[in-house]
Amino acid sequence: MTTTSLPAADSAARTAEQLRTAEQIRNDAARAAIFGRVAAAVTDISAPLGARGDAPRIEQPSPGRAQTVELFIENVVDYRATVVPIAPGKVGSAIAKALKAATSVVVPSGLDPAWTAGLPDGIRIVSDDHLDNAALDGVAAVVTAATVGVATTGTIVLDHGPDQGRRALSLVPDLHVCVVRASQVVHDVPEAVARLRSTVDQGASAGMPRPLTWISGPSATSDIELERVEGVHGPRTLHVILVQD
Amino acid sequence: MTASSITPTVTPAVTPTVAKGLKVALFAACYNDTMWPGTPIAVVKLLERLGCRVEFPQRQTCCGQIFTNTGYAAEALPLVRGFVDTFAAYDAIVAPTGSCVGAIRHQHHDLAAAAGDVALTRAVDALTPKVYDLSEFLIDVLGVTDVGAYFPHRVTFHPTCHSIRVAGVGDRPQRLLQAVRGLTLVDLPHKEECCGFGGTFSLKNADVSIAMASDKARHVRETGAEVLVAGDNMCLMNMGSVLARQRAGVRVMHLAEVLASTEEDPA
Amino acid sequence: MTTTYPSGPTSAPTSGPLQATTATFIGMPKFPKAAKEALANTQQRRNLAHATGVIRAKRAGVVAELPQWEDLRLAGAAAKDETMTHLAAYLEQLEANLVRNGAQVHWARDAAEACQIVVDIAAAKGVDEVVKVKSMATQEIELNEALEAAGIHAWETDLAELIVQLGHDRPSHILVPAIHRNRSEIREIFRREMHLVGRPAPDDLTDEPRRLAEAARLHLREKFLRAKVAVSGANFAIADTGTLVVVESEGNGRMCLTLPETLISVVGIEKVLPTWQDLGTFMQLLPRSSTGERMNPYTSMWTGVHPGDGPQEVHVVLIDNGRSHVLADPLGRQALRCIRCSACLNVCPVYERAGGHAYGSVYPGPIGAVLNPQLRGTASDVDKSLPFASTLCGACFEACPVRIDIPSLLVHLRAQVVDESGRKSAEAKAMKAMAWMMGDYRRLEKAQKAATLGGRLLKGRTIHTMPGPFAPWTSARDVPSPPTSSFRDWWKARNTDSTTEDQR
Repeated sequence: MTTTSLPAADSAARTAEQLRTAEQIRNDAARAAIFGRVAAAVTDISAPLGARGDAPRIEQPSPGRAQTVELFIENVVDYRATVVPIAPGKVGSAIAKALKAATSVVVPSGLDPAWTAGLPDGIRIVSDDHLDNAALDGVAAVVTAATVGVATTGTIVLDHGPDQGRRALSLVPDLHVCVVRASQVVHDVPEAVARLRSTVDQGASAGMPRPLTWISGPSATSDIELERVEGVHGPRTLHVILVQD
Repeated sequence: MTASSITPTVTPAVTPTVAKGLKVALFAACYNDTMWPGTPIAVVKLLERLGCRVEFPQRQTCCGQIFTNTGYAAEALPLVRGFVDTFAAYDAIVAPTGSCVGAIRHQHHDLAAAAGDVALTRAVDALTPKVYDLSEFLIDVLGVTDVGAYFPHRVTFHPTCHSIRVAGVGDRPQRLLQAVRGLTLVDLPHKEECCGFGGTFSLKNADVSIAMASDKARHVRETGAEVLVAGDNMCLMNMGSVLARQRAGVRVMHLAEVLASTEEDPA
Repeated sequence: MTTTYPSGPTSAPTSGPLQATTATFIGMPKFPKAAKEALANTQQRRNLAHATGVIRAKRAGVVAELPQWEDLRLAGAAAKDETMTHLAAYLEQLEANLVRNGAQVHWARDAAEACQIVVDIAAAKGVDEVVKVKSMATQEIELNEALEAAGIHAWETDLAELIVQLGHDRPSHILVPAIHRNRSEIREIFRREMHLVGRPAPDDLTDEPRRLAEAARLHLREKFLRAKVAVSGANFAIADTGTLVVVESEGNGRMCLTLPETLISVVGIEKVLPTWQDLGTFMQLLPRSSTGERMNPYTSMWTGVHPGDGPQEVHVVLIDNGRSHVLADPLGRQALRCIRCSACLNVCPVYERAGGHAYGSVYPGPIGAVLNPQLRGTASDVDKSLPFASTLCGACFEACPVRIDIPSLLVHLRAQVVDESGRKSAEAKAMKAMAWMMGDYRRLEKAQKAATLGGRLLKGRTIHTMPGPFAPWTSARDVPSPPTSSFRDWWKARNTDSTTEDQR
């Protein structure tokens, strides 16, 4: 075993810079050793890098738009989430209905203002103005848009753009109202992955990489006797408004 | 030759002769040869009844699986060579064991290749496609599902692990059993779960092995079957010995012996 | 920094160093001994039989939904093989993309080095606690123990890990570490322990899973909200984008990956996937194999630091810890394809009865039986015995989403154990003698004469006890008595008769 022990972090004798240098030296040595090992371990391999070609895209074809959207609804409902299909232009009223039991709702900065214009007075609308974790924990609900829906798995993907907000917003409140447009629903997972690639690439080249959150129903666990229970740390209620655009 | 004239629902008046004169080498497997001669005898009777000419090459011994699987690959290699020498000249080799057939198909090549013996590897590759489990030979080569057997008993069938997952015989044995006159086939709960034998596992990990065999015996008893059938005698020995110790009133029988059974010559 | 690495065939592979056995598992008994004790735990056997039965059925159902399942398995294996056989190139690409996106990359040759890196980062932040996402890599390096030794509490936030941690227990399953516990045991642990480390369990806590999950939610929420540092692993690290992926269910992962200011992810070097597009395969394979769902509730993907969103200091610790040793074995390296789904555990009849603790490692079940002896070598009692802890029934290979041929690897490792033992044991001598006997049919025939003589003496009586190495068999099983003549005898007699008939 080759362990290079680090200098103690609290060593008073060393300046932070010396420490960084020591850590740099250790890190470089470890890196070189690992690269050497993994190279030496595969000298029997003659296939060149990338010989397998592009990753294959193995997926089920969509039997048609209507069926794909129908399957999406079916699979989201299977996770015991609520799905409300609506006509475009009814988003505001659908959101108001979804929030009728909520006392407060946090709204991402880029959400269409029309969506929350018709909320009853009793609901406190909180904008995400550098809310800290505790403040966010005091908010009952969140409304977001979405990026992609996946029919075969009943999954909704958020890329946390302006109409979806930073990740904490759709995590800490207990009710997540998520507006998905039917045109965002793809049939199978590989198609979703292909669509999301551009988000990751554009983000990275612009110096602003985008995180992604894939959501399939409300928070759940099967850790107790493999019995599925909805509602642990994430939102215990997922309410999907499906806009038939 | 096909089995088109034979369907499982029609009882043939006479034993069908579907393979007139086909020359078949029997690989009995060393443990059948020594401990359960009734099984290879049944194969001979069955294949001859179906019109085959059966030969038993006397030089045969063991496929080597027990050595390979216990970590003694070096000891297995000469047996691979012996198997090839004994059977290379035959067009079809039939064995009443999914386990040995699986080992021949999946281990002989690797053993020869690992030893760097190119000639042996080639000989293995030429031979293994001609090696069949009994159920495969009957259905795929002879094209017969109803072999004209008569066995008026309540039977449950355990598909042994190596026969389904290594040799890949699929549901052929069940199809053969379903066509046996008088036989009632009862589905075995959790049938694809291992009986706990596993060769030397049954000695090295005897406690887990017995726990598995006890659960298997419980499932067998649940079926109310009088006879437990499988295509490998070692697995049958394991299950049968637990059932015997429990005085369960279930006897074990190799598939070949059921298929060989007739009204004139009952098993 | 760029590294040159050889390409094309040059020479036989050379192995990196083995993983050191961690303190918890030093001196573990052989598998059969530990398994025997586990078999006597009737509660655990019932819990395991129930839980593995449930998940087996769920997996079978969702796998059957995909007609392209076998193609997905092949693609999964091919993607991992591409990574493993060009690991240096993909690690370099991963590192470059991580750094470009603001992450700090650390390299750790072994567990001690990895722990020290994490401890130093946490200590530099001045914290006395971290929240943790369930991670096999951090279990493997025993990071919690290293953090505790440095005065930093590591709070496990996955429900099952919480149950294990509060119960001062060890995980026994990769996906559901508390699979060996049932609801009433869990309630007891929560009532007894929660108040010692934070918000107590509610007074009226019942053993309903829903109520137990709620108790965990309340207990952990204050920890999530105040934590400054989180530690995670990663299910996948995408080389061509620098994205890390955590697949989870409860939202504890999202909490840890999102709320704290600093995130440290400890990732095995085999977790790399070549391209983003490979996620299209693995996001189908993993959830269906693991929890038996079409998709797990939450998957988080992050690419370095996301300004204004989540941790603004992101560290990735890439660890070897024996993996380069496994990589050097041309057959054995397929074990590095493992995506820790635990499908092999759930279908294994040995695991179902022996439980996870008997495997003496954080990696139990069939994958543990091949991975541990490869990572740690076969010097210890437990590692020597693991390759034999299987009937070679093949259920694991059938279930494995990346087609790891576990039975063949077990056989391969058995040969390694036998070779290392010097073939001096009684077993080796018996095997040699038996191989000699099987080497010539005339010797086999002589042995058969002895056996059938025994059969004639026994006259079909059942043997109830046997001495020596066969004693374990007869503890619960009878032994069939040998027949009075072998098949060969029958064949010879018959052919002699027929020859006589022909001559007549």
